[in-house]
Amino acid sequence: MSDIHPGSAGLPQPVQNQSDYRAYDTSQGKQLFTQYNCVGCHFNGGGGIGPPLMDEQWIYGDSPENIYATIVEGRPNGMPSFREKIPDSQVWQLAAYVRSMSGQLRKDVEPGRNDDMNSRRSEQRTQEKKPQRTTPGSNR
Amino acid sequence: MTGGIQSALNPAGPNAGSLARLWWLMFYVNTAVYVLVMIALVIAIRKGRRQSDLNPVLTLSAQTETRRRNTVLSAVIVTTLVLFVFLIYSFSTGRSLTADIGQKNGLSIEVTGRQWWWEVRYNDVDASNIFTTANEIHIPVGVPVLFTLQGGDVIHSFWVPNLAGKKDLIPGKISTQWLQADKPGVYRGQCAEYCGLQHARMAFWIVADTPEQFIAWRQNQTQSSVPPSTDSQRRGQQVFLSSTCVMCHTINGTTAGSNFGPNLTHVGSRNTIAAATLSNTREHLARWIVDSQQFKPGNKMPQNNLGQDDLNALVDYLQSLK
Repeated sequence: MSDIHPGSAGLPQPVQNQSDYRAYDTSQGKQLFTQYNCVGCHFNGGGGIGPPLMDEQWIYGDSPENIYATIVEGRPNGMPSFREKIPDSQVWQLAAYVRSMSGQLRKDVEPGRNDDMNSRRSEQRTQEKKPQRTTPGSNR
Repeated sequence: MTGGIQSALNPAGPNAGSLARLWWLMFYVNTAVYVLVMIALVIAIRKGRRQSDLNPVLTLSAQTETRRRNTVLSAVIVTTLVLFVFLIYSFSTGRSLTADIGQKNGLSIEVTGRQWWWEVRYNDVDASNIFTTANEIHIPVGVPVLFTLQGGDVIHSFWVPNLAGKKDLIPGKISTQWLQADKPGVYRGQCAEYCGLQHARMAFWIVADTPEQFIAWRQNQTQSSVPPSTDSQRRGQQVFLSSTCVMCHTINGTTAGSNFGPNLTHVGSRNTIAAATLSNTREHLARWIVDSQQFKPGNKMPQNNLGQDDLNALVDYLQSLK
């Protein structure tokens, strides 16, 4: 998977993220989301300093390769680049988890419950939200 | 048989000593009981055979009956007394292990069990003396040390057989355990509660120092990390700060500040890496960084494809962190 470079010109096919189909990977993604301090800005999906990830609004696209690019390249106004800092396999796990937050994966793959107190419904019980394109600040 | 650096039969402190005394009392009494029972059994077998040869139908005189009843009765009374002695001795030993625990605070150490290593934090009233290390716990001899234990992910158990009994580390619950080493030395401890794939490779060392050695060690640990002094070390620090390392590890004095993996501020001063799995040599360090999964499959550290120069520089830097 390391030869994929989202953002560069001419992606031939939509990327299939294998982690989207593995329950183990989404749970790993969920752990990494806390460990790598994604929660520092995105909180538990509700957003704060960074945009919410559990809603239907997507500023930079909802596909796996878009999310991969967001993590690896960073985005304007605050999202740092994690290039070289997070191994590819873990970026894909994180990307899968991010999609599960708005219920976009299969129910048997999405994480079921938190290890500690629940701040919201688990990903598995989150209703699927149809992704919409949005621009930063347009709806808030 | 009673030696060893990981043996409850070789107590090196008062806490383990009282446990060992209880164990030896039970061992000797039970051995005596076993021998007596065996002797009684042999006598019964031989005597029973002689009688049945002479007289196939068993009839006992009133006198024999009374004698036998008295024998059984006194055996029951002796057994009950012995068990009561055990009960009382075991109860008082158990009480003595936790007695006056509030006063056993010559030094306070916080241990968090994680899959699969030990986070160790030395508390102090003076905040500049607080520091965090991993898998190698130095304590001064002759001082009661109070450990506060908790689980970081699942249940683990803190066990240094030479110094104290087991105590579980439970997520969300703080338990306490005190121990004291009476003579300088190293004692091996291990996780004693199955906690996942690498439970068997989750060990640690307790190093009992003389008070002077301990103060010197603590003085060094409270310092920030040594700045890199050679070109290779400087490059190594750059590699550390710009690669996956920085996502999980802390090196005080640099921008690396994540608390998910062991604190590496003084990693060069430790004798082992990977929770006492490997000796802290250059080769082990390099191989661990490149592919830790070959030593501890399932551990949380990812593989790292560093170029040879970067890897050498990184190991140079880590080894310089004394």
